[in-house]
Amino acid sequence: MSAGIVTVAYIGASILFILALGGLSHPETARRGNLYGIAGMGIALLATLSGVVTANYGLLIGGLVVGGAIGLALARRVQMTQMPELVAILHSLVGLAAMLVGFANFMDPNVQYSGVEATIHDVEVYLGILIGAVTFSGSVIAFGKLSGRISGKPLVLPARHWLNLVLLLASIWYGIEFVEQSAAGAGLVPLVIMSAIALLFGIHMVMAIGGADMPVVISMLNSYSGWAAAATGFMLSNDLLIVTGALVGSSGAILSYIMCRAMNRRFLAVIAGGFGTSTGVAAADGADGEVDPIEAPEAAMLLADAKEVMIVPGYGMAVAQAQHTVFELTKQLKDKGVNVRFGIHPVAGRMPGHMNVLLAEANVPYDIVYEMDEINDDFPDIDVSIVIGANDIVNPSAQDEPDSPIAGMPVLEVWKGRTTFVLKRSMATGYAGVQNPLFFKENTRMLFGDARDSLGEVLRNL
Amino acid sequence: MRIGVPRETHSGEKRVATTPDVVPGLLKLGFEVAVESGAGDGASFTDQAYRDAGAAIIGSADELWSRSDIILKVRAPETVSDSGRDELDRLREGQILISFLWPGQNPELLNRLAEKRLTALAMDSIPRISRAQKLDALSSMANIAGYRAVIEAAENFGRFFMGQITAAGKVPPAKVLVIGAGVAGLSAIGTAKSMGAIVRAFDTRPEVREQVESMDAEFLMLDFEEEGSGAGGYARVMSKEFIEAEMALFRQQAEEVDIIITTALIPGKPAPELITADMVQAMKPGSVIVDLAAEQGGNCALTEPDELVTRHGVTIIGYTDLPSRLASTSSQLYATNLRHLLADMCPEKNGEVVVDMEDEVIRGATVVRDGETTWPPPAPKVTAAAPPPSAKPTVAPETAPVGKKRAPAWVSRLILFGLGGLGLLGLGAVAPPSFMAHFTVFVLACFVGYMVVWNVTPALHTPLMSVTNAISSIIIIGALLQISSDIPWIAWVAGFTVLITSINIAGGFAVTRRMLAMFRK
Repeated sequence: MSAGIVTVAYIGASILFILALGGLSHPETARRGNLYGIAGMGIALLATLSGVVTANYGLLIGGLVVGGAIGLALARRVQMTQMPELVAILHSLVGLAAMLVGFANFMDPNVQYSGVEATIHDVEVYLGILIGAVTFSGSVIAFGKLSGRISGKPLVLPARHWLNLVLLLASIWYGIEFVEQSAAGAGLVPLVIMSAIALLFGIHMVMAIGGADMPVVISMLNSYSGWAAAATGFMLSNDLLIVTGALVGSSGAILSYIMCRAMNRRFLAVIAGGFGTSTGVAAADGADGEVDPIEAPEAAMLLADAKEVMIVPGYGMAVAQAQHTVFELTKQLKDKGVNVRFGIHPVAGRMPGHMNVLLAEANVPYDIVYEMDEINDDFPDIDVSIVIGANDIVNPSAQDEPDSPIAGMPVLEVWKGRTTFVLKRSMATGYAGVQNPLFFKENTRMLFGDARDSLGEVLRNL
Repeated sequence: MRIGVPRETHSGEKRVATTPDVVPGLLKLGFEVAVESGAGDGASFTDQAYRDAGAAIIGSADELWSRSDIILKVRAPETVSDSGRDELDRLREGQILISFLWPGQNPELLNRLAEKRLTALAMDSIPRISRAQKLDALSSMANIAGYRAVIEAAENFGRFFMGQITAAGKVPPAKVLVIGAGVAGLSAIGTAKSMGAIVRAFDTRPEVREQVESMDAEFLMLDFEEEGSGAGGYARVMSKEFIEAEMALFRQQAEEVDIIITTALIPGKPAPELITADMVQAMKPGSVIVDLAAEQGGNCALTEPDELVTRHGVTIIGYTDLPSRLASTSSQLYATNLRHLLADMCPEKNGEVVVDMEDEVIRGATVVRDGETTWPPPAPKVTAAAPPPSAKPTVAPETAPVGKKRAPAWVSRLILFGLGGLGLLGLGAVAPPSFMAHFTVFVLACFVGYMVVWNVTPALHTPLMSVTNAISSIIIIGALLQISSDIPWIAWVAGFTVLITSINIAGGFAVTRRMLAMFRK
């Protein structure tokens, strides 16, 4: 197949990928968008297969079939609560692939450049491997943290900022070394050392980030996997890789930005890690007080009398697998003519959009699920708000206490409603380590216990 | 500690200070509960029901009074009793008495309680702050009184409340005027409204207008500027001009409406006289006035406390025992109020009460403490209404920004663009054209991505991540370019890369598909 046709196929694939992302602007068009994405990938693969592959078909087909089978099995088995883990581990594969392609490209004696082009190519190889390595090790750690194999607490090493700086300087220095040695035909040693440094950096970076910052980390790694693909595209002079990598990279970057804004934190501060550990002021001028517990039968009575109900889910709902019970409750209330809506904070859960996916899984129609900005003004009209396993995202001290570690973070103003009940296992603080004055408010009642059991109990009493 | 609940001895009083529903709550706090035999009869709670709930039933009043540490009552202890001893005499040193006491109206009772060297909490003196709402027995009773007032009016009114058009002709709806939109007034408004009447309401406090209108009643306005809110959410005495305007309004309304329910009370003062004899005369025959302020002298000049009288063809109801006429519900609510109070006083849940004078609510309710009169309490700090705007906030000079002066946003933006431009220039100066072509594609693709992704609805952020994850595996092309290499290890590495990226491609697209299929209307 001629190079021209391959290029045309790549242009087609790029367009299809852009359409795939564009389709996600609405759930209706998203399904078609996904098909576009699959078509784009198919065209790109076919064009490359017929255009450049000349040998080792067995290996190629074997890899495609085995890999595809594993991927499909993973996709079928994964529970919606485990989506963040799956996404993290898939990111790590992109990172690993970028590393491998980079190394193979560097070691391949058939690839020859000279002059400035050689230097630029070397820099591209170096960057591709660097980003790939950080993505790989960071994603593996993120996977460990999300799946509970590694503690979700931030690991705070002494002088960790200095350590990061040293690692960064070392990779720059080895980069210069590499380019010089590569020109002389060597360079493998600095490349390997740099890879080790990058892997370490990825591990350290994610280890230092606490559980609540995971949405930022996931979207950041998403972005990195894109940049890794783009760097590989430069290395291979392949525009399709560059375009796709840039699309994914900017998508992840925007998600990270949205997540950071939703927590009112600077991107660098999140990456520097250690959130919620260094703040001593936490419960200082404590909104300590009396909480007012409520039993399930009373909660059911309150709900039965309500006209407007708002449900605010958090990570606790995912942990307790309560989404199906939430849906049952929603259905019953709707049958009674109660207007039930959901309010979703951007960083609720462990990954952007996590709560929406969980609710969708439980058959909650998406047109009653609202974003924070859409419904925050409606709280004064709400009769009952149900907060399920969320804490920091409904903390009024973000607005009231300028000294609070979460001051300025946008929060769902549930306390403006008539009654709020909070489903919670205990009085422990959220990830930010901040006491939540909401629990002590006059119109807040606490329903202690596992969210699924409590809601089931409420449902039976309804 | 042991809680004793005696039978109410006041004639006609049907309420009781605890109910079988509430007893388990008291037991849970660690108390023992004893109820005098027959105490719940008036409110239809049998001795057996109390026994089943875990309370002891005691036949003799003497035994109950003498063996209890805490006495829960509805009415204040009777000083004059038709059967044997005074209730007041039965009280002993160290006991805690909780009931309605009306210390302002009964200074003598207060003195006698103090002489007994006991502790007394008046349920009517609970401060009206939001934290104490669950203890607010006055509101509970007022709510019931408001409801019952409409029922009494309906009983004595010869027409439907709701307008109807029947085959036998048209029946006009009743017009009800409620004066004073406090708890009782609002309850009366709601009840009359739900029975189908046309309801109007008047109150001197403008902030209740919203509440009245929220119940679909009409709020009557005076063409007069004066704020009627006093401390603690109650009304206060108004100026003479205001009262004149008010009276004119009532006179006009008296001619129009069929039923007037008055609930106007000012704490510690006799009830204001709002409906004069000539207004009653102006009303249509068969009209009804229910005067909820009868006990404090009445809002209507012709009210006779505890009596139903007919004057100028208008029925005037002055019952003072309206809550008692709905004994079951009022006992239930009152008992729950008491339970909340005891829960507040017994934070350890060990059956021992602590009279914590630091607690604003307990402080307000306690009128006698260990023989020492502690009434009246210091004025409550919070009014129920929003306070009138105080002095303008003074701007302290210290709050002026002390940090570095920040450059305006456009400066930093200019610097950013400048640096970016310089960087691009530098790159263009050294890079070969082939690189620049790719770079162009890269930069444009970044912008396309930026534009497209901002349009993604936040609900689909997770599918966005999984689909971008799938398409970023386009890196498989890198492996495809290498897999035909004649160097075996490169081919094998490429083969492995194909494997892992296909996991990603298949997994990413499949899981996205699965998720998107779940999103439905």
